[in-house]
Amino acid sequence: MVRDLSVSLCGISLQNPVIPASGTFGFGLELADSFDLNVLGAISLKGTTLEARYGNPTPRVAECTEGMINSVGLQNPGIDVLVGEKVPALRKVYSQPVIANISGFSLDEYRTCCMRADACEGIDIIEVNISCPNVHNGGMAFGTSCESASEVTRTVKAVCRKPVFIKLSPNVTDIAAIARACEDAGADGLTLVNTFLGMRIDIARRRPVIANKMGGFSGKAIFPIALRMVYQVAHACSIPVMGCGGVASARDVIEMMMAGATAVQVGAENIRNPFACPQIISELPGVMKELNIDKLTDIIGIA
Amino acid sequence: MKEAVLTILENLPIAPRTYRMKLSGDTSEIRCSGEFVQFAIDGKFLRRPISVHDVDWETLTVIYKVVGEGTAAMAAMLPGDKLKALTGLGNSFDIDACRSKALLLGGGVGAAPLYQLAKELCSQNKAVTVVLGFNNASEIMLVDEFEGLGATVYVATMDGSAGTKGFVTDVLRLKNIPYDYFYACGPMPMLKAVCAAVHCPGEVSLEERMGCGAGFCYCCSIQTVNGPRRVCKDGPVFKKEDLIW
Repeated sequence: MVRDLSVSLCGISLQNPVIPASGTFGFGLELADSFDLNVLGAISLKGTTLEARYGNPTPRVAECTEGMINSVGLQNPGIDVLVGEKVPALRKVYSQPVIANISGFSLDEYRTCCMRADACEGIDIIEVNISCPNVHNGGMAFGTSCESASEVTRTVKAVCRKPVFIKLSPNVTDIAAIARACEDAGADGLTLVNTFLGMRIDIARRRPVIANKMGGFSGKAIFPIALRMVYQVAHACSIPVMGCGGVASARDVIEMMMAGATAVQVGAENIRNPFACPQIISELPGVMKELNIDKLTDIIGIA
Repeated sequence: MKEAVLTILENLPIAPRTYRMKLSGDTSEIRCSGEFVQFAIDGKFLRRPISVHDVDWETLTVIYKVVGEGTAAMAAMLPGDKLKALTGLGNSFDIDACRSKALLLGGGVGAAPLYQLAKELCSQNKAVTVVLGFNNASEIMLVDEFEGLGATVYVATMDGSAGTKGFVTDVLRLKNIPYDYFYACGPMPMLKAVCAAVHCPGEVSLEERMGCGAGFCYCCSIQTVNGPRRVCKDGPVFKKEDLIW
């Protein structure tokens, strides 16, 4: 029998739930020569700000046991290049949904960026990053209190017609409370989790490995924590959740969905294996068969 | 970019903590000198980027220095063992930029990628001079290999135990080497000194801590006069005039 992998996010149909996470897949085109992007459920584009940003000094990456720390610092060409060049170029080779990921250092910046992303034809969903732990000035603060998270949500919802997903930081004491604050402020959905603030020290040099000292920890090692948070948030809220954090296999995708995720983002695994998403997608039907799952939507939140 | 499963044919030390690994398998994606591959090491999250030393239709040779746990694991591997590699990564040296006389400067294990380059330049009947710098005589490698291609080779050692005492730039100062274009690979201080000392156009191959190796994670970006560039995708080879020191 044909297994049904399709899911729906706020009325946007995805042929399968597997989405490369923002920051781990560039602007999509970088990988267009490596495999057919059209096998993906959707693509979440690299985080974009109002102005172009170079990001942090190098080294920006540190290896960890079953994971990595990155401190790229939101390098991006700015929202105008995103909507004017990157998305149109991607649209020439890719026809599945596109998620724009927006970051900001002020409510004004979030508002302006989201307005421009909303007006861009090639973008289907707007994901608002209120959680990037890399940038000193602002980004972190929005995601760490219910008040500021809800303020950002209200601000961007006021200017967007497209579905808005708020991407949550795991570096908080009660992620469900922040999730509820975003839902109450009008968010159409939630993406979680972003990276965990982490650090490594080069013991020979006696200095932090990362130039910016700390960065975002991601990879297989965070999967159980991310899964727990997705489970908590899915139970606390009624809007759809994109589960993210340490997903590296078709089984992980199923597990995230059973925890309550409607779609699943793959992040650090892309960086160690650029073919991770197409491999996971091709393995999904076999795992579904083994587990007697006919339709993926049947298992969302079933645990 | 292509993932290949390569089989180790040979993995032998050629200098202190430095190994030459020869592998067989699908090398079709490796097009020219200057490129690198990324090896997946069991138990290590990120792949290890290593420059291509020599390549033909069936074999790939790399030279690597043991600098951490990943390269130490590589050094312990035996002929017959398999290594997964992403191949066809990075840009390449511009062999056409040299009119007739090429100067190749390598520092330590940075000499490795210059070998495939020298082969390509020699096949175009260009005169190739190679200047290699090492800390001491025990580290010297690849001299016979470069000479075997018909290149003129000079060596510098920091402690003076072989060749000219000092840096590769000291060799340039003392010897009257003819060249119209240069290619360099080695530690950053050496590359900086070379770019300052050599008064002709040229290019350098850079090293940076990498994530994906294929240009989509932006972990290895550097600032250039043309804006930010990814060492793994826009490089590793950059024109001298594009770099900001």
